[in-house]
Amino acid sequence: MSSSQGPAGPSPKKSQRVERVAIRFAGDSGDGVQLTGTKFTESTALAGNDLSTLPDFPAEIRAPAGTLAGVSGYQIHFASADIRTPADQADVLVAFNPAALRACLADVRAGGMVIVNSDAFTDKNFERAGYTEDPLPALHERYRVVEVPVTRLTFEALKDLSLSQREAGRSKNFFALGLLYWLYGRPLEATLEWIGSRFEGEIREANRRVLMAGYHFGETSELFPVSFEVPRAKIEPGTYRNITGNTALAYGCVAASVCMDRPLVVGAYPITPASDVLHELAKHRSFGVKTFQAEDEIAAVSAAVGASFAGMLGLTVTSGPGFLLKQEAINLAVVAELPLVIVDVQRAGPSTGLPTKEEQADLLCALHGRSSDSPLPVLAAATPSDCFSIMIEAFAMAVKYMTPVVVLSDSYLANSAEPWRLPDVAELPRQQIRFRTDPDGFFPYVRDDETLARPWAIPGTPGLEHRIGGLEKQDGKGNVSYLPENHQRMTDLRHAKIARIAQDLPPVECHGADAGKLLIVGWGGTHGAITSAVDEARAAGHDVASVHLRHLNPLPPNLGEVLRRFERVMVAELNTGQLSRLLRAEFLVDAQSLTKVQGQPFKVSEVRSGIDRLLGVA
Amino acid sequence: MAEPLAKLTKKDFESDQEVRWCPGCGDYSVLANVQRVMPELGVPRENFVFVSGIGCSSRFPYYMNTYGFHTIHGRAPAFATGIKLARPELSVWVITGDGDGLSIGGNHMLHVIRRNVDLQILLFNNRIYGLTKGQYSPTSRVGMRNKSTPMGVIDYPIEPSAFALGAGATFVARTVDVDAPGLQEVLRRAHDHRGAAFVEILQNCPVYNDGEWAAIEDKKTRVDTALRLEHGQPLVYGAKGQRRGIRIEHGVPTVVPLRDDEDPIAAGVTVHDERAQSPAYHFALATLAPPEFPIPVGVLRAIERPTYERMLQSQIESAVEARGPGKLDKLLRSGDTWTVEG
Repeated sequence: MSSSQGPAGPSPKKSQRVERVAIRFAGDSGDGVQLTGTKFTESTALAGNDLSTLPDFPAEIRAPAGTLAGVSGYQIHFASADIRTPADQADVLVAFNPAALRACLADVRAGGMVIVNSDAFTDKNFERAGYTEDPLPALHERYRVVEVPVTRLTFEALKDLSLSQREAGRSKNFFALGLLYWLYGRPLEATLEWIGSRFEGEIREANRRVLMAGYHFGETSELFPVSFEVPRAKIEPGTYRNITGNTALAYGCVAASVCMDRPLVVGAYPITPASDVLHELAKHRSFGVKTFQAEDEIAAVSAAVGASFAGMLGLTVTSGPGFLLKQEAINLAVVAELPLVIVDVQRAGPSTGLPTKEEQADLLCALHGRSSDSPLPVLAAATPSDCFSIMIEAFAMAVKYMTPVVVLSDSYLANSAEPWRLPDVAELPRQQIRFRTDPDGFFPYVRDDETLARPWAIPGTPGLEHRIGGLEKQDGKGNVSYLPENHQRMTDLRHAKIARIAQDLPPVECHGADAGKLLIVGWGGTHGAITSAVDEARAAGHDVASVHLRHLNPLPPNLGEVLRRFERVMVAELNTGQLSRLLRAEFLVDAQSLTKVQGQPFKVSEVRSGIDRLLGVA
Repeated sequence: MAEPLAKLTKKDFESDQEVRWCPGCGDYSVLANVQRVMPELGVPRENFVFVSGIGCSSRFPYYMNTYGFHTIHGRAPAFATGIKLARPELSVWVITGDGDGLSIGGNHMLHVIRRNVDLQILLFNNRIYGLTKGQYSPTSRVGMRNKSTPMGVIDYPIEPSAFALGAGATFVARTVDVDAPGLQEVLRRAHDHRGAAFVEILQNCPVYNDGEWAAIEDKKTRVDTALRLEHGQPLVYGAKGQRRGIRIEHGVPTVVPLRDDEDPIAAGVTVHDERAQSPAYHFALATLAPPEFPIPVGVLRAIERPTYERMLQSQIESAVEARGPGKLDKLLRSGDTWTVEG
């Protein structure tokens, strides 16, 4: 093939049409991998593909350069059709160093493309990555290996600027980005605009030049004989943006505040992977959002409960270890019957565990992790964009039933992104808050007939002065009471109130079929993998369906009946079988369990194998 | 609003609940004095909120006919912070003790003080755990014998007022449970102060640590054991013929014997300055202790500094001023959007 040297004009190279592609960027955590992935994602959205992404970064901010511990990855899956997961395997790996290659190679499909920064493939880096020799020669049999001297080409593009070698080296991720833009026909404009607004002076010029150099390199180098075209996906009309779970969650909280016309008070303490929710909410003072970075997790939730007592929408956001610390204050909110929303962005544990990694193992802790009988509603978001609507629902539930509500997200939902069709703000569910103002017949624990909720009587209201607290209260009047029958009654009432929430829940709907041989039950962030696996299995002719639970307490009223319509039930979850235990206890159903705790989300293939095994077709 | 307020009396602040502290407990006196001061503060009753943690003193809110929240052990400052930043117009009072406020809740006490949240914090210091029946507290003296240390306490105690000063308190006062006029004056000052007003109340536990403060509670000995602080006045105490002053130089206190007619200032006695920006002098005052020294009572420190909830409020106001009130639709559309046509 002859190389085309013309810098201008249309590329003479061939373009090949593909329906779906998964690309993994990987490098040192200081290589700008997350930024590269994010920018590629934005351009891919603008190109009209459906997409799903998954960042995978180490807990250390800057682990020793070149080591496996420091590898940061970002996978994007995009397609001309509807997709729900970041893909089990990558079609393309962009490895900035040998450690990145070593960490990610197992996730690249046979025959896939491996693009490496050959300048980083040095003896020293082999050693750091634990390779005894250059791994590349052995790869050619199984992969299409493309060696690109990214560092050298970056310096070349910047040689007439006065940047230090170190500064110039920082631009090299833009080379890779430009190259991939060419390879998959992504538009450059949005990224160029972003560079223009984000950087200044020579750094801006450097990033722009290196992005273009990467793009032109793809166009002109013989290393890439073809580029690929992924046609636009058929997508429901509307205005879209990309959204991560954490951003959607924060927006959902602001939306709840707008919908209920009540300011939000957020108590939070920094913790991975939930901190981004605090960061996002802290930007929105113009909505009256009061964020309070407390001295610890306990103070964070306590301040939120205090704000609720004072009549605001109290919120606290945390992850597993912080969630545990909050439980005593949550218990107080259960007894004081105050509205409060607690978000637990779950991560792999126990204890500090794997702080940046995926797991959904706090379900039983949310349901039963407090002392004594302490019922509260538990909800779980299914997709990144679902984190938006679930917050509106959670706040509405908290206020209507005067109860703390736990919302479970997870590390995967928090950081992965998907296109989100923007809702019509005017059509979001509004809920008018009615504080008690009438002193006539007022007692703090007089209950609403329909919801069993007690009145929300806030300080500043004349004639409603009253005291609440953690000591057991007399039913109705709310005075401290140690009477045996009163404690029985209050315990029963607290349970009955939460159980009553089921009256508001929509029935669960099955995906695939309403009855049959096998039902997969899932909850939370595994929605994409489970649904995709069920679709695959059904396409292969297997009798399988799925339900995905958003409401873990109370459970949807028709769930028991749905479970009985299937011969077998299997619960797929990223823990050691927490929901399956619940379903067995609740419905006496012989639920099987498909579990995984490796700090990673389910692969579609893993759920699929579970289905095949249970159906005896494996 | 002034008119109906004027009609309120102590009775209006008494709840219908039977007070259940032990007979002779110092808390009764504190409660009565708080109820007596409330009507004078110019605050509508419905705007008072009493927040407590766990312990004998933390039952306090149940006895006040105001809004009240009896929370969890040690965390009252955090709940109160949430209430105050949510509703800055409320008058929020934290009731805590030496165990609740300085042991399990020491961290929250530190931070609520350094943030200067506009609260009144009344710390009842009886140097014992009463509700759990008599274990030593972080303010108990070394060597004290009790249920959990039959051979004597080996923890060095913390001095609450010094702790508050170390945390950057803008207002620190100390008073005595049975000293009604002194207590009421301190409560009024604490209320008028804008910021975290820390008040240590020396309080007797008649059951588990009776007589801990006897020398300063007893009207006969008080004149020699209490150093009454008044801004701009020299640090003088002692009965006739026993008159003494305190000189604090470079943080080091000394007792200055005075003749009854002697000018203390000329004799080198320090003049109390509650407004000194540096807390070094206040710290020296806070740590004066018997038997060499009297116990200072009254306002140790009172300085002005912007409060947390006001600064938070002003951030909101300036954000609204700069960007206008938040528009949800605009927020959702921030960043890159694209439109798919039907």
